[in-house]
Amino acid sequence: MPTTQPPFPEWVNRARPYAGALLIVVPAYLVFLIYAAGSPQTTDVGYSPRQPVAYSHQVHAGQMGLDCRYCHTTVETAAFAAVPPTSVCMNCHATIGSERETIKPLQFSMKTGKPVPWVRVHDLPDYVYFDHRAHVGRDVGCVSCHGRIDRMEQVYQAKTLSMGWCLECHRDPAPQLRPEGSITNMAWQPDEDARALGRRLMEENNISPSTDCSTCHR
Amino acid sequence: MSILPLDDNMTQEPTRRARLVVGPADAASITETVCAITERPRPPAAWYAAFAMSAAATGMLFAAIGYLIATGVGVLGNNSPVFWAWPIVNFVFWIGIGHAGTLISAILFLFRQRWRTGINRFAEAMTVFAVACAGIFPAVHVGRVWVVYWLAPYPNQMGVWPNFRSPLLWDVVAISTYGTVSVLFWYLGMIPDLATLRDRAISWWRRIVYGLFALGWRGSAAQWHRFEWAYLLLAALATPLVLSVHSVVSFDFAVSQLPGWHSTIFPPYFVAGAIFSGCAMVVTLAVPARSLFGLKSLITMRHLDNMNRLILGTSLLVAYAYLIELFMAWYGGNQYEAFAQLNRALGPYAWAYWLMVACNVLAPQLFWFPKCRTTPWLMWVIAVLVNVGMWLERFVIIVASLGRDFLPSSWGMFRPTAVDVMMLAGSFGLFCTLFLLFCRYLPMVAMAEVKGVVPPHLGSNGVQ
Repeated sequence: MPTTQPPFPEWVNRARPYAGALLIVVPAYLVFLIYAAGSPQTTDVGYSPRQPVAYSHQVHAGQMGLDCRYCHTTVETAAFAAVPPTSVCMNCHATIGSERETIKPLQFSMKTGKPVPWVRVHDLPDYVYFDHRAHVGRDVGCVSCHGRIDRMEQVYQAKTLSMGWCLECHRDPAPQLRPEGSITNMAWQPDEDARALGRRLMEENNISPSTDCSTCHR
Repeated sequence: MSILPLDDNMTQEPTRRARLVVGPADAASITETVCAITERPRPPAAWYAAFAMSAAATGMLFAAIGYLIATGVGVLGNNSPVFWAWPIVNFVFWIGIGHAGTLISAILFLFRQRWRTGINRFAEAMTVFAVACAGIFPAVHVGRVWVVYWLAPYPNQMGVWPNFRSPLLWDVVAISTYGTVSVLFWYLGMIPDLATLRDRAISWWRRIVYGLFALGWRGSAAQWHRFEWAYLLLAALATPLVLSVHSVVSFDFAVSQLPGWHSTIFPPYFVAGAIFSGCAMVVTLAVPARSLFGLKSLITMRHLDNMNRLILGTSLLVAYAYLIELFMAWYGGNQYEAFAQLNRALGPYAWAYWLMVACNVLAPQLFWFPKCRTTPWLMWVIAVLVNVGMWLERFVIIVASLGRDFLPSSWGMFRPTAVDVMMLAGSFGLFCTLFLLFCRYLPMVAMAEVKGVVPPHLGSNGVQ
């Protein structure tokens, strides 16, 4: 007959409750960690790449009140909101601040014809079909997706741009809608209940966003 | 009343309760018989041969899966109009195999069928391994395997959920529940036996590994009390699963609109077929295993006889379902349904249909004869035929129905590719590999339970 000596040393008994607690706590923590670390709120929001030119939206769009469409000309007519060519900058900066160090890359671009290599901040996956015209033309303001650009020294991503975030508005667009004249107005606030206004705008302009897969994934 | 010889438990006299263990069985010899299989220095040579073959087939399975993932689902034969081809055939086949384990371990337990103790452990093991084989197929055939977790409903950044009205989601839930409960049931029942192996262990690592999984079992009265309650509760939980899991699998077909699938008989028909195929697999494994590992005194001829009766009974249920399908096709008066049934029996896949009828309906009829129920090689051949027939049944249901639906312009034939064949053969390899490892390293017979059905617990001369 083999010995009946216990296979484990005495301390294993005392360690048992801790092992049990670990069995619960560790998986729970891992799930939380993966969930939190993988969330677009963690991975995407706040993305703010250094741009080749220290262009301040806060100065141009905020203090000076330039309309978004002065530079991003195609936003109402095309899927892509154009990034302005250097010549647009030079409309003013040919004379203003031409001696400043920060303007030098623009002058170089102008001279050589090489475009300024702006870094894209709001980048959707290639399998997403997004159309600026469809949104701006249906009473969605710039600020709804881009945040207060007029207060950003260097542009950062303010929203998650995740699919769930897109669907939130596609399923219930009313609170996000505004009158046509205030699309680019970052500081606009509704005078009445936002939802009531949105409902009216949906009625008037026949706004009924689709949530079919093929609306965005074509 | 004469005393029966110790090695005969085939009595059919209603006044006598047949012995469940033959030979001069007592607690010590049962422990010795079962533990010796895992404790002998080397397994029998046949084990090595079988393991080499099945491990090679398992390698082939994973190679095929790797190729499939790296290249895409185009390497399988699935194509218009047969989009659900062999992967789903194999999936339903393997899930069905598992059902006998749950039937034997849970339903027969609740019905106090004490003979189950001889075979329940390895039938449960078979269930767990069959579910593992089954789970592979739907997972790898979805195309983008790396996002297969989208099948599960969990809060996600996409803001979308799987379609709760789709039986495919019910299927995911049913199979994962089934897998979980089967593993729990199998493991829970094994704890006292693992403790026996731990106590008998002479090497350090055996003591540690079995000791770890025995969860500190000491066999005290309090532990037995809780154990028996937990086992009873799990059996009660697992019992509805025997009926529900394959019913839900059948919804994958029955809830769709396709003629040949859209039928209310599918849930009971599938459950009967599942138990039928599972019992056949139990016999397929039990016949070689009991002679290879010297378990003839525990898995007796009477056990096999009982299993063969179950096979015969479920075969009749399946035959009834085949007939009712044909009858309803005529009686229902729907021309598409009638065509679907005629197409099965007389169309391009008629060979599969009639082979299925031969294997599932005709072959088991031999079990009406006591001689056939008690001849190991013959029952093994019939059981293998039933396995073949049940695979063909799923093939006929899936491929023949999809191949010719409403529109003749979209009809087509299915051709399996080499990868299809490799994955099917490989899944048998994986199943056998797991089963062989189980035979070698775990207690193949529920020792603690068998000890409860030998003298002095049950009468010493075969009479209770």
